[in-house]
Amino acid sequence: MGAALFLVLAVLTVAAALGVVLHPNPVKSALFLVVTLFLLAVVFVLLEAHMIAALQIIVYAGAIMVLFLFVIMLLNLQIDDPERGRRRLVLRGLAWAGGILLAVELAVLTRGAPVGDVGTAPAGYGGAEAVAKSLFTDFLLPFELTSILLLVAVVGAVVLAQKQRRPTIS
Amino acid sequence: MIVPTEWVLMLSAVLFAIGVVGVLVRRNVIVIFMAIELMLNAVNLSFVALARAKGAVDGQVVVFFVMTVAAAEAAVGLAIIIASFRNRTTVNADELALLRG
Amino acid sequence: MHETHAAAEAVILHSQVLWLIPLFPLLGFLIAVCAEGKPGLVRITSPLAVFASFVVAASSVTTLLGAPEGARLAQTLYTWMAAGPFSADIAFRIDALSAVMVLIVTGIGFLIHVYSVGYMSHDESFSRFFAYLNLFMFAMLLLVLGDNMLVLFVGWEGVGLCSYLLIGFWYAEDANAAAGKKAFIVNRVGDMGFVLGLFLLTWSLAGHADGKLSLDFTHIEAHAKHLAPATATIVALLLLVGAAGKSAQLPLYVWLPDAMAGPTPVSALIHAATMVTAGIYMIARLNVVFSMSPTAMQVVAVLGACTALFAATIAIVQTDIKKVLAYSTVSQLGFMVLALGIGAYATAIFHVMTHAFFKALLFLGAGSVIHGMSGEQDVQKMGGLRTKMPITFWTFLIGTLAIAGAPGLAGFFSKDEILWHAWAGGHPWLWLVATITATLTAFYMFRLLFLTFFGELRADHDVAHHVHESPLVMTLPLMILAVLSVVGGWVGIPDHWLWGNRFGHFLAPVTGHPHVDHGGMLGEEALMVIATVLAIAGAALAYTLYVRLPGIPMVMAWRLRRAYELLLNKYWVDELYDAIVVQPYVRISTFLWKVVDQELIDGFVNGLAGAVGANGNLWRHAQTGNVQHYALAFLGGVVAVLAYYVIR
Repeated sequence: MGAALFLVLAVLTVAAALGVVLHPNPVKSALFLVVTLFLLAVVFVLLEAHMIAALQIIVYAGAIMVLFLFVIMLLNLQIDDPERGRRRLVLRGLAWAGGILLAVELAVLTRGAPVGDVGTAPAGYGGAEAVAKSLFTDFLLPFELTSILLLVAVVGAVVLAQKQRRPTIS
Repeated sequence: MIVPTEWVLMLSAVLFAIGVVGVLVRRNVIVIFMAIELMLNAVNLSFVALARAKGAVDGQVVVFFVMTVAAAEAAVGLAIIIASFRNRTTVNADELALLRG
Repeated sequence: MHETHAAAEAVILHSQVLWLIPLFPLLGFLIAVCAEGKPGLVRITSPLAVFASFVVAASSVTTLLGAPEGARLAQTLYTWMAAGPFSADIAFRIDALSAVMVLIVTGIGFLIHVYSVGYMSHDESFSRFFAYLNLFMFAMLLLVLGDNMLVLFVGWEGVGLCSYLLIGFWYAEDANAAAGKKAFIVNRVGDMGFVLGLFLLTWSLAGHADGKLSLDFTHIEAHAKHLAPATATIVALLLLVGAAGKSAQLPLYVWLPDAMAGPTPVSALIHAATMVTAGIYMIARLNVVFSMSPTAMQVVAVLGACTALFAATIAIVQTDIKKVLAYSTVSQLGFMVLALGIGAYATAIFHVMTHAFFKALLFLGAGSVIHGMSGEQDVQKMGGLRTKMPITFWTFLIGTLAIAGAPGLAGFFSKDEILWHAWAGGHPWLWLVATITATLTAFYMFRLLFLTFFGELRADHDVAHHVHESPLVMTLPLMILAVLSVVGGWVGIPDHWLWGNRFGHFLAPVTGHPHVDHGGMLGEEALMVIATVLAIAGAALAYTLYVRLPGIPMVMAWRLRRAYELLLNKYWVDELYDAIVVQPYVRISTFLWKVVDQELIDGFVNGLAGAVGANGNLWRHAQTGNVQHYALAFLGGVVAVLAYYVIR
C-alpha cells in the first residue's frame, strides 16, 4: 500500500518538476516548484520523517519560495522564450546531456550495494525530539557554524540589495 | 507502510536530472536558481530515504542543514540578482557574460 | 754546465720590517685614492711612501751585507693556505738577488715618482696617476720580495694589471685604451704558460716530497734535482713563455712598443727598469730548475739573441723617440735573456741593474724633450735641442754612451760580461749575434741623439718658440741617474782587475757561477777591444749619416726601400697576429653573438614565450563568461567520474 501511494506521488512530483523547468512563465515556474515541495513533504511523511516534512513546508515552501516570488514580482520579468531558431538544437543537446546523467545515475544505483530490508523504525523516529537530540549533541558544531552562516547571509543580503547611496553634498 | 528504498532513490535521481537540465537550458537566472533548489530537494530526498533505511536520525539532521544553507544561499543569491539587475536591467544569463575572456 | 751552490746551510735572519717595504706604497695608494681631489697632498705622500720603502730596504740590505755569505733575511706574516701536504705562507725574503732587485725598484721608483710630480703637474687626473703608480710599486715589491712562487705570482699579476691601467691612463683616446688592452692580453698569454709551468712544477715536486709540499724557493732549490730532465725541460719552457710575455721577448714582445702610449714616467719605470725585468728575475730565481735542462737553456739563449737582434734592426729606422727606446728595451732584454740562457745568471742581473739606470735616464730624458717640445714625439721635427735644453742633452748623452758601451760606463761592464760569457762558455754564434746587436745599438742610439739634439730645429714656429729646459723636479732625477749610469758598473768589473767582480760574488750564493771554458783564443780584454771598436764605428756611422751628410739616409731608404719598408713596419708582426689570431677570434665571436645568442638562444626563449601565449589564446575561448557553459563542463566532469565507478 505504501508502495502504490509512493508511485502516485512520484509521478506527480516528476510532472511538477518538469513543469518548473519547462514552463516559460517564471511565476508559473515558481508555483510549480511550490507544488513539488509540497509533494516531497508528503513523501517525507511517508518515510516517517515528520519533523523534516514540517520544516520542508514551513521553511522551504513557506519562506524561500515566497522570497522567490517576491523577487520575480519585483523585477517584473518578461516571459522567457526558450525556443528561437538555432537555440532549439542547443536545447535538444542539453536535454540529452541531462538524459545521459540520468542514465549514469540509475546505473550507479542499480550496480550499488543493495540497501537490504528496512525493518521497523525505532520508537520516536522522525519526531522532533529525536532530531533535536542528535542535532544538539552529535552535530552541535555544524549547528553553531550554520548559525554564523545565516548571520553572514543576512548581512550580505541586506548590503547587496540596499539602494545605492548617492554621495551627499553638504 | 514501507516504501522500497531503491524506488525513492530513483525518484531522487530523476528529480536531480531534471534540475540539471533546468540549469543548463533556461535563460532566466531566477528560474535557474529554482532548478538548483530542485536539485537540492532531490538530494534531501535521498538523505531521508537512506536515513529511514538505516533507522538513524543522522540523515535527517543533514537535511536540516541543507535546508538552512539553501535558505541562506537563496537570500544572498537573490540579493545579487537584484543588485545586478539594477546595473543591467536584465536577468538573461546570456547577457550577463561580462567575465568573458 | 753550471756549478750548484750550497743553499741548504744558509743563515736565516728573521726581520720584523720586511713587510713595511710593500706596505708603504700600498698606503700611498689608499691615500691617493681617498684624496682624489687634493693633488697637493698626493704629490707629497706618494713619493714619500716610496722613499720610506727605499729606506727600509736599504737598511735591510745593509744588515744583509754584514751577514755571512749566503745569508738571507726572512719574515713570515701568516699562513695563507694549508691543504694536506701543501702549504703556502705570505712570507718575504731578502737574499742577495732580491736585495739587488728591491734597491733598484725602490730607488729608481722613487726618482721617477719625483720626476712625475713635475711631468704630470698639469694633468687633471694627477691623483689617479699616483694611485696607480703606488699600486704598481706595491705589486712589484711583492714580486721581488716574495719567498715563494705564489707571492711572486700575486705580484706578477698585479704588475700586469697596473701596467694596463697606466698604459691606458689617458683612456679617452681609443688608441691608448687599445694599447693597454693589448699589453694585458699578450701578458695573459704569457701568464698561461707561467701558470701551467707552476702546476707542472708543483705536481712533479709532489712526487718526491717527503710529506711536505710547497712552492717556497728553499723547497724548490732543495728538490729540483729530483726532477726528471724531460719534466724540467717542459717546466722551464712553460715558465719561459711567462717570462717572454712579461719581458717582451719574441713572440710576445708586441705590446711593449704600443705601451709607449702611456705617460713617459710610466715607460721609464715599468717598461724599462722594473716590470719588464720581472721575467729575468723569475728565471734567475729559479735557476736551479732551468739548469736541470740544457735543452731549455739552449732555447732561452737563442731566443734572447734572436730577440735582441730583431728588435735592434727595427730600432734603426723608427722616428718616434719613445718607440726607438722601446725597441731598444726589447733588444736589451734580449741580452739579459741570452745571459740567462748561457748560465750567467748574475751577469743578467747585473745588466738588469745597469740597464735600469741608463734606460730610465733615457726615457726620462725623452720625457723632458717631449715636455719641452709641447708634446712632440717625432724626431724628424726635432733637432738642435742641445743648446736649448742643456741639462737634458748632457744627461741624455751620458745615457747614450752608457747603452752603447762606452768604456768605463755602466753598460760597458755588464754588456761585455755577457759577451765574454757567450764566447768563453762555448757559444761563438751567440757571441757574434750579440756583438752585431751591440754595434747596431750604438748606431741607433747615436742616431737618436744626433737627430734630437744636433742640427737645426725642424719644428713649427709655435713649438720652437716654447722650447725650454725642464724644471728642477724633472732634471734632478736625470742628473742622479746620469751619475749612476757612470759609476754603476764599477761593482762588476772583471775578476782580475782591481777589486774584481764584487757583484757577481755577492750574488753567487743564489745564482751560482757560470761555467767558463778558458780554452778560447781571445781573452776578456780582447773581446772588450773588439766591442768598443765596433761601437765607435757605429757611432761614427751615425754621426756621418745624421750630422755631416743628412741627405744620405733618405737616399739609402729609397735605394733599399723594400728592406726599409720591412723594418719601418716592424716586419708586419702586428698585422700578422691580427690576421692569424685576432680576426678569426672576432669572427668566431661574431658568429656566436649573431647566430648562437641572438637567433638560437633568444629565439628559443622568445619562442617559448610565444608558445605559452599562443596556448593561452587557444584556451581563452573556453572562457565565455556564460555560467551555463561552465555548468555544462562541470556536468561533463561529474558524468565522467560516475561513469568510472559504473565501469569499475
